[in-house]
Amino acid sequence: MSIQEFVAPHSLSEAKGFLSDGAAASVLAGGTDLLVGVRLGTRNPERVVDLKKIPELTAISIDAEAVHIGAAASAFSILHDSDVPSFFPGFAEALDLIGSTQIQGRCSAGGNLCNASPAADSIPALIANGAQCLITGPAGDHQMPVEDFVVGPSKNALKEGELLVALILPRPSPQTADAYLRLTPRTEMDIAVAGVGVSLTLDENATCTAARVSIGAVAPTALLVEAAGAALVGTQLDAAAIEAAVAAARQSACPISDKRGTSEYRTHVVGVLVARAIAQAQARIVEAVS
Amino acid sequence: MNAYQEFSIIGSRPVRPDGLDKVTGRARYGADLNMQGQIYGHIVRSPHAHAIIESIDTSQALATEGVLAVMTGADLPEPGDSVLGGGEGAIALKDLSPMVMSQGKVLFHSQAVAAVAATSPELAAQAAALIEVSYQVLPAVTDMHEALGADAPILHADRFPDGFPEEPTNLAAHISLEVGEPDAAFERADVVIEQTYSVPMCHQGYIEPHACVARVDAAGQVDLWCSTQGHFMVAQYTAALTGIDVGKVKVTASEIGGGFGGKTTVYLEPLAVVLAQKSGRPVKMIMDRGDVFRVTGPAPGAQTRVKLGATQDGQLVAADVECVMDSGAYSGNPASFPAFMATACYKLTDARSTGRAVYTNKPKIHAYRAPSVPQVTLGFELAMTELAAELGMDPLAFRLKNAVEEGDVNMMGAPYNRIGLRECLEVASNHAHYKAPVAEGEGRGVAAGYWINAGLQSSATLNVLSDGHLSILTGSPDIGGSRASMALMAAEVLGIPFEHIHPQIAATDAVGHCDVTGGSRTTLATGQAVIQAAEQCVAEMCRRAAAEWKVEVGVVTWSQGAAHYGEQSLTFEALARRAGTMGGPLTFSSSLTASSAAPSFGVHICDAKVDKETGRTTITRYTTIQDAGKAIHPAYVEGQMQGGAAQGIGWALNEEYLYDENGVLQNAGFLDYRIPVASDLPFIDTVIVEVPNPLHPFGVKGVGEVPIVPPMPAVAEAVYQSAGVRLRDMPLNPPKIVAALQEQ
Ligand SMILES: Cc1cc2nc3c(=O)[nH]c(=O)nc-3n(C[C@H](O)[C@H](O)[C@H](O)COP(=O)(O)OP(=O)(O)OC[C@H]3O[C@@H](n4cnc5c(N)ncnc54)[C@H](O)[C@@H]3O)c2cc1C
Repeated sequence: MSIQEFVAPHSLSEAKGFLSDGAAASVLAGGTDLLVGVRLGTRNPERVVDLKKIPELTAISIDAEAVHIGAAASAFSILHDSDVPSFFPGFAEALDLIGSTQIQGRCSAGGNLCNASPAADSIPALIANGAQCLITGPAGDHQMPVEDFVVGPSKNALKEGELLVALILPRPSPQTADAYLRLTPRTEMDIAVAGVGVSLTLDENATCTAARVSIGAVAPTALLVEAAGAALVGTQLDAAAIEAAVAAARQSACPISDKRGTSEYRTHVVGVLVARAIAQAQARIVEAVS
Repeated sequence: MNAYQEFSIIGSRPVRPDGLDKVTGRARYGADLNMQGQIYGHIVRSPHAHAIIESIDTSQALATEGVLAVMTGADLPEPGDSVLGGGEGAIALKDLSPMVMSQGKVLFHSQAVAAVAATSPELAAQAAALIEVSYQVLPAVTDMHEALGADAPILHADRFPDGFPEEPTNLAAHISLEVGEPDAAFERADVVIEQTYSVPMCHQGYIEPHACVARVDAAGQVDLWCSTQGHFMVAQYTAALTGIDVGKVKVTASEIGGGFGGKTTVYLEPLAVVLAQKSGRPVKMIMDRGDVFRVTGPAPGAQTRVKLGATQDGQLVAADVECVMDSGAYSGNPASFPAFMATACYKLTDARSTGRAVYTNKPKIHAYRAPSVPQVTLGFELAMTELAAELGMDPLAFRLKNAVEEGDVNMMGAPYNRIGLRECLEVASNHAHYKAPVAEGEGRGVAAGYWINAGLQSSATLNVLSDGHLSILTGSPDIGGSRASMALMAAEVLGIPFEHIHPQIAATDAVGHCDVTGGSRTTLATGQAVIQAAEQCVAEMCRRAAAEWKVEVGVVTWSQGAAHYGEQSLTFEALARRAGTMGGPLTFSSSLTASSAAPSFGVHICDAKVDKETGRTTITRYTTIQDAGKAIHPAYVEGQMQGGAAQGIGWALNEEYLYDENGVLQNAGFLDYRIPVASDLPFIDTVIVEVPNPLHPFGVKGVGEVPIVPPMPAVAEAVYQSAGVRLRDMPLNPPKIVAALQEQ
C-alpha cells in the first residue's frame, strides 16, 4: 500500500519511460495534493515520479507571442521570480490565493490543473486567459485548451503515459487585462465556494472587443461561459451588459449543495463575483492605458 | 483586604521561561517522545453511528507478523456505577469508558471498538483493517430536537433523569431553578420580549492532536507521557478505566499545544496502557486530525429561549430562560451551568431558568472554555440588546443599570464578593472604541459575560538551589503562560530576579496533587500554593539569619531579596550558598484546596461590516474589557482575552459541526471546520480592569474562560446592525446571511 519507489528523472524522455512501463506511477510536482492524498489513503501510487528536476517542467519564458510556464514551476517562482504577474495579474492573484506561503513554495499551476478539483483557483484564471496545455506522451506532443483538459472532478484528459509539460498563455495586448476573484468564508486557507476568472480587451473607445468569463466551484469542472463573454463584447460594459453576463454565468452554474455552501448561494454569489471581476479587469485596463 | 497591596514585579511582562524552547522547536509535545522499543497503536473505529456489536474477530490481525497486541472493549473492566471525582466535576465511569472504547454498543460514528499494536504505524493500520466487527445497525439520531421526538431511536434504555422515571427517552438530564415569582413579575413589566437563539455543536479546535506513549514494566508500574491539561487526572482516569491501582500509574505531561477544556479527559491513554501491558512493549498512539473532530468531546449545541421583562425606565424585572443542550451519546451534563449562570450578570429577584440535556448519536460533549455558558449567553445577552433597543436605551447603559455588584445574589444562591462587572461596563462606555461613530455600512454590538471560575486542589514545591536560583515544581500543565506567572509570584514574595527562577511541570510522582489546568484556576490556586511555599521560604531564611545574628526572629525583616536586622543583611543567594551549614537544604512545599476562587466578568465591543452581496462578514474593530482581579503577567492575561475573543468570533461566524443523515461528520478537518485564521481578525484590543479578589493574597481572579462568553452576542448584534436582518441562529455564515437578506 505504501510508495515503493521514488524517481526524479532529469529529462522528459526519462520521465516518459517511468510512466510507460506498466507500474502504477503518479507524477509529483509540488506534492501538495498528491502527498495529502497518499496520507488520506485516496491516492495509492507504487512509484512517484518527481518532475522538478526536468528543465522544461520548471522553466518560465516569455516571447513575442506567448508566456510559457513549466507545469511544475512553483507558484512562488511564478509570482516572485518571473514577469508573469505583470501580464496576468488575475492569474497571479489566483496562484497567490492557494494555501499559504509555505504551500506556494511547493505547489505548481500544472499540479493545480492536473488535480482537476472543481474548486481549483488557477483553472478559471487560465481558462479566462485562453491558456493551452502542452502535453507529451507515447504518441508525441499535442496541445489542448485548458477548458477541455478537465473532464470531471479529479479527472483530466491525460491518457496513459502522458504528462503535462507546460501551460501556454497568449501574450496579452496592453488593452487586455484579467481578474480572478473567489469567495471563501475565511480570508485564506480555505477552498473556493465560487471562483471567477475574467479577461477583457477594450479598444481605445473603451468598447469591449474580446471577453472570456470562466466560473469555478459551481459545476463539476471550471466552465468557460461563452455567453457571458459574448454579452460583453461590443458594449462599453454598461450595467445591462454586466447584468447579462451575470445572468449567463448563473445560468451555466449547476452547483451542488454541500458543507461549503448551498446550491442557491453558490449560484447567487458566482454572479456577484462575475460583476466584480469584470469591473476589476476593466479598471486594470483603464489604469494601464491612462 | 489582600495580604499584598504593593507590588514590585507583579504586573511586569518578562519573557516566559518556556518561550525559547517553544519558538526554537525544542519543546516536546505529546507526539515528540519516543521510548526505546516502542510499537504503535491503531484504533478500529465504528463505521456506524448507532449499532450493536455482534462479534469482533481479531484472530487474523493477531496472526499478522509484527502485530504484538490486540484489544477490544472486553479488555477494559465493566464500568459499573462508580463515579470519579476529578477536576472540574464528577464523571460516571459509564460515561467515560465508552468514550475510550465501546463495550457492546456503538453510539456514535467512529467510536473506538478495538485496537492493535504493531511494530510500525503502517503495519498497525493494516492489521486494524483485518479485525472483523459485525454490527447490527440501528437508526441514528443526531438532531437533539428530533431525539426528543416520539419516534426517535433511544440511545440508553436504562437511564432516566431524576424525576422522570416513566418511559425511557433521550432526555439525559433536567434542571429547573426559580427565584422569587417570575410569572407575577412579568406582569409588572412595560416591555417583554421573548426570542429563541441557537448555537451548533462546535469543537475547541486545539492545534495539537491527542498523543501519548505508555510503558508498563515487569512489576506492573505504568509510565505514561501525554499531552493533557492535567496529568493527575490522567493517572486517576487511566487507573479507573483499566483497573490498575492509581499508585502504579506515573504520568508526565508533555508541553501542550492547546486544549481549551478538551484535554481534561482521556481518550488514548488507557488504550496505550492496555496494549503496552499485553505486548510488553511501550506503545505510542497519535490521534489523527479527523478523529480529533469525530471522536473527542466537542462543545454542546444549544437552543435557548429567553423571555425578559423590563419597566420603561430600564429596570429588569423578570427573566425566564429555557435551554436545551445536546449532550452527545453519553452524559456530559451540559445543562446545569447554563441554568445556574444564564442570569448571573444582572440583578434579578424574579427569574426562572431551566435546562435539559439530550442524548444524540454524536460524541459525548466535553468542556470548552466556560463550558456551556457562551451558548446560553448568546441568547441572554442578545435578548438584553434587543430589549434595550425596544426601550430606546443605550445597550451599555441598560446593562449598567441592572448590573450585579457586591452583595447581590445570583441563581446559585451565594452573594457576590467584590466583583468587577460595573467597572468593566463603565470602562466600555467611556472607551474610545465605543465613543467613535460607527463607520458607514458597519454595525456595532456589545455584550457582557460571566464565568464562575474554579479553585480546586493545587500543590507546589520550591527547591532553593545552591547558587541562589530557585526551582519551582508544580503539577499544573502550562497552557497559557502559567510558568511565567508562577515565577513572578515567587519573585514577588522572595525579592529575587525573575530570571533566577525555573518553573517546571513535574510528573505525578514528583510533586503533590494538582487538579487539571481548567476552570481558569491555575494562576489563582497553584499560584497561591507557590505564594505560600515562598512565604515559608522567607520565614525559614529569616529564622536562619536570626540564628546567625543571635537575635529574635521577630526583629528580622525580609525585603529586596535579603534578611535584614539593623545594618546587617544576608541575601537570598548567601543563605542559599550556605544552606548546608546553616540548617540544611531549603525545600518548601504547599498544598491547598483553594477557597479563593472569584468570578470574572468581561464586556466586549464589536464592529462588523457585512458585504450584503456575498454575505461575508468582516470584523473591523474589536475591544475586550475584563476584570482580572490582579493581572500577574498582563501580556498573558491579554493573550487569554484575545484568544477567547478569536474563538468566540469563529463560533459566531463560521464554526459548526455538520452531520449527514447517517451521523457521519462532514467537516472533520480544519479546511471545512472553519476556525478563524489570523487575517480574519482585526487586532483585538484589550483593557484589563483590576478589582482585586479579596480572598486571594495577590487579588487574582481567573481570566482564561470568560473572554469566550460575550463574543457571539456582540458579533450577532454587529451583524444585525450592518446587514439589517436579525439572525438568532449561529453561525452567521455567508449563505445564511444572503438567504436572510433575500427573504427580507
Ligand atoms: C494547506 C493547503 C491549502 C491549499 N489551498 C488551496 C487553494 O486555496 N486553492 C487551490 O486551488 N488549491 C489549494 N490547495 C491544493 C493544492 O495546493 C493545489 O492544487 C496545488 O496547485 C497543487 O500543485 P502541486 O504542484 O503541489 O501538485 P501535486 O500534488 O504535485 O500534483 C497534483 C496532481 O496532479 C498530478 N500532476 C502534477 N503535475 C503533473 C503534470 N505535469 N502532468 C500530469 N500530472 C501532474 C499529480 O500526479 C497529482 O495527481 C491547497 C493544498 C493544501 C495542502
